[in-house]
Amino acid sequence: MSEAISVHPGAGHAVHHDGHGHHHQSFVSKYIFSQDHKTIAKQFLITGIIWAIIGGLFSVLFRLQLGYPEQSFPILETFFGNWAKGGQIQPEFYYALITMHGTVLVFFVLTAGLSGTFANFLIPLQVGARDMASPFLNMLSYWFFFLASVIMLASLFISTGPASGGWTIYPPLSALGQASSGSIRGMDFWLISMAMFIVSSLLGGINYITTILNMRTKGMSMTRLPLTIWALFFTAVLGVLSFPVLLSGAILLLFDRNLGTSFFLSDIVVNGEILPNEGGSAILFQHLFWFLGHPEVYIILLPAMGMVSEILSVNSRKPIFGYMAMLGSLFAITILAFLVWAHHMFVTGLNPFLGSIFVLLTLLIAVPSAIKVFNWLTTLWRGNIRFTPATLFAIGFVSLFISGGLTGIFLGNSTIDIHLHDTMFVVAHFHIVMGVASMFGMFAGIYHWFPKMFGRYLNNTLGYIHFWVTMIGAYLIFWPMHYQGLAGIPRRYLDKRGWVSFNDFPELDKMITIVSIIVFAVQLMFVFNFFYSIFKGRKVRNKNPWGANTLEWTTPLRPGHGNWDGEIPEVHRWAYDYGKDGREFIPQTEEIGENESKH
Amino acid sequence: MQTFFIVAILALGFLITFQIAKASEYVAVLRGEEKSRKQANKVNAFMLLAFLIIGLIGVYYCNEQLKGKILGEPASDHGVLIDRMLYITIALTGIVFVVTQVALFWFSYKYQESDNRKAFFYPHNNKLELIWTVIPAITLTVLVGFGLFYWFKITGEAPKDAMHVEVVGKQFGWEFRYPGKDGILGKKYFKNIDPANNNPVGQIWEDPANHDDIFMEQEMHLVVNKPVKLIIGAKDVIHDVGLAHFRMKMDAVPGTPTTMWFTPKYTTKQMAEKTGKANFTYEISCDQMCGQGHWSMRGVIVVETQEEFDAWIAGKKPQYLVANPDKDPSVAKPDSVKAVAAVIK
Repeated sequence: MSEAISVHPGAGHAVHHDGHGHHHQSFVSKYIFSQDHKTIAKQFLITGIIWAIIGGLFSVLFRLQLGYPEQSFPILETFFGNWAKGGQIQPEFYYALITMHGTVLVFFVLTAGLSGTFANFLIPLQVGARDMASPFLNMLSYWFFFLASVIMLASLFISTGPASGGWTIYPPLSALGQASSGSIRGMDFWLISMAMFIVSSLLGGINYITTILNMRTKGMSMTRLPLTIWALFFTAVLGVLSFPVLLSGAILLLFDRNLGTSFFLSDIVVNGEILPNEGGSAILFQHLFWFLGHPEVYIILLPAMGMVSEILSVNSRKPIFGYMAMLGSLFAITILAFLVWAHHMFVTGLNPFLGSIFVLLTLLIAVPSAIKVFNWLTTLWRGNIRFTPATLFAIGFVSLFISGGLTGIFLGNSTIDIHLHDTMFVVAHFHIVMGVASMFGMFAGIYHWFPKMFGRYLNNTLGYIHFWVTMIGAYLIFWPMHYQGLAGIPRRYLDKRGWVSFNDFPELDKMITIVSIIVFAVQLMFVFNFFYSIFKGRKVRNKNPWGANTLEWTTPLRPGHGNWDGEIPEVHRWAYDYGKDGREFIPQTEEIGENESKH
Repeated sequence: MQTFFIVAILALGFLITFQIAKASEYVAVLRGEEKSRKQANKVNAFMLLAFLIIGLIGVYYCNEQLKGKILGEPASDHGVLIDRMLYITIALTGIVFVVTQVALFWFSYKYQESDNRKAFFYPHNNKLELIWTVIPAITLTVLVGFGLFYWFKITGEAPKDAMHVEVVGKQFGWEFRYPGKDGILGKKYFKNIDPANNNPVGQIWEDPANHDDIFMEQEMHLVVNKPVKLIIGAKDVIHDVGLAHFRMKMDAVPGTPTTMWFTPKYTTKQMAEKTGKANFTYEISCDQMCGQGHWSMRGVIVVETQEEFDAWIAGKKPQYLVANPDKDPSVAKPDSVKAVAAVIK
């Protein structure tokens, strides 16, 4: 197999050094400081999987506390010492767990792990490029992420604990060590780690945008791009425009913490100590945070939507219904994503008139979302559907996106949000629509492109078990949780026994805990399947195992750096000619026939 | 020991599942991969249909089990509006939920792979797409319309005769200040806060409006059917005044006062009768993450009749007099106390 040793992407697609193995890459340059987008994608994926296990484990721990607040688990004390004194999860520990769970899952798994993996892997392969526009920046992007990971991981081991003010890190809580032990040093680690993370995400994003715009192969016009690429494109745009705002917020917060400034602090008496700060605004931080925080939701969701569109189309052997409408709705979601952030702040004392505008813009997002759902449904309609594990996860995604999207209509309407804000209803809502749904998109992507990544298949039976347990489990965990929210139970309450109004659901909490442990165990099984199959899985013998049209399936079974051995293929059609003129599929590389029907 | 067993059982289950999964790959090779793939396809299609049916029954069952545990009748006028909006939204989204989920799983089942069918090449249909752009748009307009109508009612100006109460959140409890007879809350400044000298909210004693303000902790009293406006603040970090029974909520932000108003509809006693819970309590929960005691930051509201309220507040001494006992006319002057004591001796 030819091993391309260097690539000059700027010079266009025709240039390809074919170093036929004359220059052997060392282990370090091939697997560690690699500039091959496929290797970088795998690095993002594997780092993301490790973080997912850690973040998932955190959720199991705090679910134990929620389900069994009265019970002591001596084993926890063995592992965590004073953090779980007497086998009871201590409040500081509980809050550190939920904070890290949120941070890790939102940023490290569903942003870096999802976009990082699939943007890197799919963009050059599907647009027909030998690598990213700047492979070096791409490598840096991973290593900044790695650095961010190391710092965040280190923060788990400092004596005063990691950040514990919630993943939204609202000051003053996150600014004052006197108010929360996690804010003594853990918060500095958190902020520095996030700064590194943002650099990583910007380097990646700029690269993705540039590659998609400049490095498409001949014939690959923008409207012939698969929807995965469009989704990843808008994701990158969202990230590049919104992450810097969080960075500025993080830096101002670092100043407030360490240099005595008062951007977010005013009129504070904490633990009997009167602080000198006056004139700052705690709410300002929330604006800065949510200006990223809301687009972030779509940064997480859009790649999943793109992959689901592709996978549903391939496996129902039908074109995606309404390609242009799908594109338009992606665009609309991207624009609206920037204009709705204050719906997280309806009860902060926001001017009610301003609130009303955010209600309107927020509920407007439901229109493009509805278009997407109906188009997915029509894609399945009269198809010839093959239920690979990827297809099942894609169908699961649509189901969860519907359920979670509809509860978003409750929360986006400020009147209802007064009651439901910061209750378990919100937890249920965003876990279904953003957390689990995107995770499903990610699983679908992994099952679908694993053969291209590693030249082997994942075990199907384990895949089916994985899907069914996760799907049933997700609904069992999060559906009844809405009722806790309707009953007004606030988020982040680790023990409700002291309350008259909130103590009606102990059995439900136990059930949720048990189900989440089972679901977590099944995820471990998936991880095992993943690593086992990399080395021992069934080998792929067919270049195009799913009968798909897109370009990545025209590469060799195990493509080297540079992706195609010879010339990059030319593209003659869109990616969705499935079932056209009685033919099962027509790859993008096939020229339009003379008698071919138009559409 | 128990933990050991659980781990062992999990590991064993893991191992068995994996072996079965591995074996199924070999079986597939023996039987012909295409054949076993088609069989798996049938099984999964059937499972999807079963999931839909059992899922919908589950949704109904879940509602039957839990509907009695959500809060019941709203205890404020605004709560009535909020619940109405909630039910309108549940009805509309409920219809959409059932229709789309049924379509999703039914299509999946119905159009499972079959040798007798060719997929229908159907790339787009502008009319259809227009329909499902317009219908959600209209539905959402209705929801936004109702929502904002109620929103402006709820967030509008409080009535002139509303009672004013200041609520201050701190780690981890609630403080309240009543304006006293003059109806005006005196000025305060955070650097004056000095609980050791009986000035927990930082009142400025020079302001005469402060002289009759009454301070108390953890328990707030309100009058039934009388609008109340809460002036909300916080001392240290952001808290949130969560009043689940009244369906009201507002952040308490250090440095930025916020307000909300509502009218309690039932006294605590009436609610106890309505809900059938003898220990019914209007609770104030902190709904914004505020540190390690967040989950236990509980306050209590007692809603009572005007007479009960008047009797209750009459027994309270203004904080000004607590902090400056020498200004208290009801306390005998120290000199005369001595004189009286001398006489008794």
